Amino acid sequence: MKTISENTISDAVRELCIEAATKLDEDVKAAIKNAAETEESPLGRDVLKQIVDNYELAEEKGAPMCQDTGIAVFFVELGRDIKLEGSLEEGINQGVRRGYEDGYLRKSVCDPFSRKNTGDNTPAIIHTTVVEGDTLKIKFAPKGAGSENMSQLRMLKPAQGVEGVKDFVYEAVKTAGGNPCPPIVLGIGIGGNFEKSAILSKKALLRKIGSKNSDPELAALEAELLIGVNKLGIGPMGFGGIKTALAIHVESAPCHIASLPVAINVQCHADRHKEVEL
Amino acid sequence: MADAIKITPPFTDEVVENLKVGDRVSITGVIYTARDSAHKRLIELLEKGEELPFDIKGQVIYYVGPTPARPGEVIGSAGPTTSGRMDAYTPQLLDLGLKCVVGKGQRNEEVLDSLKKNKAVYMAAVGGAAALVAKSIKKAEVIAYDDLGPEAIRRLEVEDFPAIVVNDCHGGDLFKEGVEKYKR
Repeated sequence: MKTISENTISDAVRELCIEAATKLDEDVKAAIKNAAETEESPLGRDVLKQIVDNYELAEEKGAPMCQDTGIAVFFVELGRDIKLEGSLEEGINQGVRRGYEDGYLRKSVCDPFSRKNTGDNTPAIIHTTVVEGDTLKIKFAPKGAGSENMSQLRMLKPAQGVEGVKDFVYEAVKTAGGNPCPPIVLGIGIGGNFEKSAILSKKALLRKIGSKNSDPELAALEAELLIGVNKLGIGPMGFGGIKTALAIHVESAPCHIASLPVAINVQCHADRHKEVEL
Repeated sequence: MADAIKITPPFTDEVVENLKVGDRVSITGVIYTARDSAHKRLIELLEKGEELPFDIKGQVIYYVGPTPARPGEVIGSAGPTTSGRMDAYTPQLLDLGLKCVVGKGQRNEEVLDSLKKNKAVYMAAVGGAAALVAKSIKKAEVIAYDDLGPEAIRRLEVEDFPAIVVNDCHGGDLFKEGVEKYKR
């Protein structure tokens, strides 16, 4: 049995926080560069060039690429053969406190009504599943509010079917317009129940850009939605253009015979995620 | 593409009238920062009949809550935040002579009407380009509401701060015109 301490988790999370804020993953960089080359709007290309210059500068300086360094979201896979010394949650929260302080990241978490800042960007939002083996995998995805605020969840009628899902997606992207900092990535969770669809939509955002759902029908839906969204004309920052979304990822789960839950999680172009295995 | 138009606040009616939808501008001079909580306090001051912490006539407010400055730097990363959250407060400030607001995303009809009425302009900076924007900020000083942390009102001295005219004072709207042009 492998033992992992709260301090080990804290150290790893501290690193994840700083690295995610300052370095974009290669799949996201490639998608943005591709958009910068293929966007038809001259202003859109100029915007995408600034976005590329920005992430390059951020990485070079070790500075946050966006001032909204987000609320800290974690998906944790805990191997059942691991003995935890101390608390997983406290280890993660401690790592967030240290990472946001040491990395000069913005603390963006507050009380919902008084708006008083908690001062250290905690509590983190942690989704944990227990899996086989003796590995602890921590996936971190800081989420800014500009895009999160444009996310939507709707309980469709089963009769609305896949057409209802598509209409909802187009409507949500049009309503969002330039607010979520397009080009965006959409995570779409279909089925399950109210909260399951939301978690699926967020998990869908963790997939590599350009990856396809293993179910051919869902992969086809992803491809169709991407073409449809990019025909809306919103473009980079909403200034008009053909590059509104970089990718659309759909995940699904069985649902109640009377329900068709659909959650759309909107992600900005600063699509930050990092993971570590302990 | 045309070169960016260089402008320095405070702006006169004439400067604003010359700005058109889609123009790229480059601001050099002093601008002020404020977002949700600071706006709420500014409006509360006005309701009590008190003076604002700075003279807003002709000035620019940039919607930003920067990251903490790293050692040796004047400010952290400082990209625009979503402007729509300030819609409820903006017309009142424009009525007092504020000439330019900078953020990202759409504004509501009240703000658009107020921009026309007051000969003012709404610009966007590139959302998420926060490290790049910070390069144009040469000096930053908190002038009010220090307790709000990233949301405090700051006086920024900027050089070639990059922005794009989204809503001009003639009723032009880049979001509507841009989307119309590229939708299929």
